[in-house]
Amino acid sequence: MVGTPEVLPPSTSVGIVGWLKANLLSSPVNVALTVVVGTLTAIAAVAMARWLVSADWSPIHESLKLFLVGQYPSEELWRIGAVVVGATALMGVSWAVWGGVMRTFARIVAAAGLIVALTPIEPAGFDLAVRLWYLGSAASVALGFAVGRAASLGPKWVIRAWALAFFLGMALIWGFDERSLGSSLRMLFGAGATLTVVLAGAGWVGRFPLAVVLRWLAWGWAVVFVVTIVMAWGLGQTDLAPRVNTSRWGGLLLTFVLAIVGIVASFPIGVLLALGRRSRLPVLKGLSVAFIELVRGVPLVTLLFMTVVIVPLFLPQGTSFDLVLRAVFAITLFSSAYMAENIRGGLAAVPLGQIEGAKALGLGGFQTMLFIVLPQALRAVIPAIVGQFISLFKDTSLVVIVGLLDILGIGKSLFLGNVRWFGAQAEVYLFVAAVFWVFTFAMAYASRKVEESLGVGSR
Amino acid sequence: MTSESSENRTESIVCRDVHKWFGTFHVLRGLSVTIYQGEVVVVFGPSGSGKSTFIRTINHLEDHQRGEIVVNGVALTHDVRNIDAVRRDVGMVFQSFNLFPHLTVIQNITLAPRRARKWSRERAEATAVELLERVHIAELADKYPAQISGGQQQRVAIARALAMQPKIMLFDEPTSALDPEMIKEVLDVMRELATSGMTMIVVTHEMGFAKEVADRMMMFDEGTIIESGTPAQIFDNPQNDRTKLFLSQIL
Ligand SMILES: Nc1ncnc2c1ncn2[C@@H]1O[C@H](COP(=O)(O)OP(=O)(O)OP(=O)(O)O)[C@@H](O)[C@H]1O
Ligand SMILES: [Mg+2]
Repeated sequence: MVGTPEVLPPSTSVGIVGWLKANLLSSPVNVALTVVVGTLTAIAAVAMARWLVSADWSPIHESLKLFLVGQYPSEELWRIGAVVVGATALMGVSWAVWGGVMRTFARIVAAAGLIVALTPIEPAGFDLAVRLWYLGSAASVALGFAVGRAASLGPKWVIRAWALAFFLGMALIWGFDERSLGSSLRMLFGAGATLTVVLAGAGWVGRFPLAVVLRWLAWGWAVVFVVTIVMAWGLGQTDLAPRVNTSRWGGLLLTFVLAIVGIVASFPIGVLLALGRRSRLPVLKGLSVAFIELVRGVPLVTLLFMTVVIVPLFLPQGTSFDLVLRAVFAITLFSSAYMAENIRGGLAAVPLGQIEGAKALGLGGFQTMLFIVLPQALRAVIPAIVGQFISLFKDTSLVVIVGLLDILGIGKSLFLGNVRWFGAQAEVYLFVAAVFWVFTFAMAYASRKVEESLGVGSR
Repeated sequence: MTSESSENRTESIVCRDVHKWFGTFHVLRGLSVTIYQGEVVVVFGPSGSGKSTFIRTINHLEDHQRGEIVVNGVALTHDVRNIDAVRRDVGMVFQSFNLFPHLTVIQNITLAPRRARKWSRERAEATAVELLERVHIAELADKYPAQISGGQQQRVAIARALAMQPKIMLFDEPTSALDPEMIKEVLDVMRELATSGMTMIVVTHEMGFAKEVADRMMMFDEGTIIESGTPAQIFDNPQNDRTKLFLSQIL
């Protein structure tokens, strides 16, 4: 090193030795650090390797189904399979339409499905039918890709397909039968009525053109009616997909349902709250601020307890309000308050000149918000929003506290019921941690890629 | 550039005793002016004299508190429908362009015709392509604003305003954020627009442009028009001392 003139550009292709010299051994302090850190890493690696060799994976091996879907009835598992295959098919379509990060994900999912289907190890209950579902999900990626290519679908249609798949998937996982028909109808009409009130309110406050409000209302109610009729005369009469009580949902399935419904529901609510907070109408602004600050001032655990334990006390006698629904409700409330604050930050970052530019063109307030302000605001806060989705995904494990068994809960419950596995706690928690990590990493990766690809359009 | 002396010219913008305050600060102090169809008016004057505020009241980006403004026969009140109607007929070009950074050039131009005029996509795009040719940047249709130069951005902004087929165009110092070598390309486009008979109000200190294109020039000071006349009158024989002083400073 001594005597090397500093002005020389560092050579970039000097191989491993050069890299080591430059990065690890460039000064005495650096050498010392490298030795210390290297030794510690080696010790940890040896310990890890020794543990891995002797690790007992039998709890996972024997309870894989519990980890994946909880107590979901075995004879109904085809419904989960169908939802997964539907989702992977849409991933294939999205790959064809968008490419980019969707290509990466679709390929990884297809590869993973193929590997699992052909893997030689045989966890309990992992029979040929299950292998075929995995194979099917890999195949459906390819099929979706082919269809997407051949039909050259526009992005709009793919987004619509995902939205439809969300509702159909949830409906299929939950199921219908005559017993549950009444409550399903009540829920659907409840949803339709809520939609009406929200749209009417938003129309009044936001001065949306009446035509817009009416069109959305018409669409909303049309969907409600179609779904209701299909359920009542189609599925309600058959035992094609009988209701699976949510108390039997568990594992990764429950984690996903909580996270996805929470994310999907809290996004629009967060947008509305953020707009409400910036509104010039004092009542609307006050209500939004009160809601956001109240919810943000309370830990999620407390909200979960409140919705699960306290809220039923206020409901009329005999109304039962599903436990999973209550948890989803709490998670959505919690997440939407934070979402609102994130989006508010994005709204504030949109320069006034943008709004003036839009207004000067004769765009109304609603159109300016929809086409100019919101797209820019949301772009600006993608990292924050994804960060929040990631923490929401992880926070779903708090539902253990109110007695739901998500993937972490299943792991914990294994030891309670089985002394034999008590020694394998580390293995189980490591497995659960790995599962969480894979999905959160995927989300973070997707966010980074999307940001990069949007970079062109930002100023 | 119609001549100024025909008798029954159609009134395009009429301001009668317009006043505006920002808080207690009296920005516009009793403006009265009539601008006729096809007229090109250049507004100039010292910084802070209310030039921007004046043209921004014409499409109601700022509201006035006293007096009356009538644009194409529609009185500007607080009625939202009136305001949107007026804005669709009045294009505006800003000093800082205000293009939408998340949309491509062609999307910037087609957005308002499609959403506010309810044109079909095909019609809006055909018009946009024509306009881009008119401002000499047809090849930039699919670029994002951040990918093109300032002069090109300002020409896109002009095309975007023209896409709504306005009857009046307002320009607020359209070249003052531009490097000198880009100023000409924007002024050329504006000159062509003036020749086509568009009613224009241009706030600018480009006196060469004013001399060549303006039908009338107005000198603003402290919220009023202290002198107005043809370029010849203003440049060769200014009456007001402050006009003389101001012109001597900038020429
Ligand atoms: N939103 C506002 N709130 C308060 N004061 C304002 C606002 N906008 C402008 N002003 C003030 O009003 C006065 C006139 O502003 P205006 O922008 O119309 O001047 P101008 O003639 O366009 O000046 P310039 O040549 O610098 O653009 C200035 O003193 C300015 O500080
Ligand atoms: Mg100004």
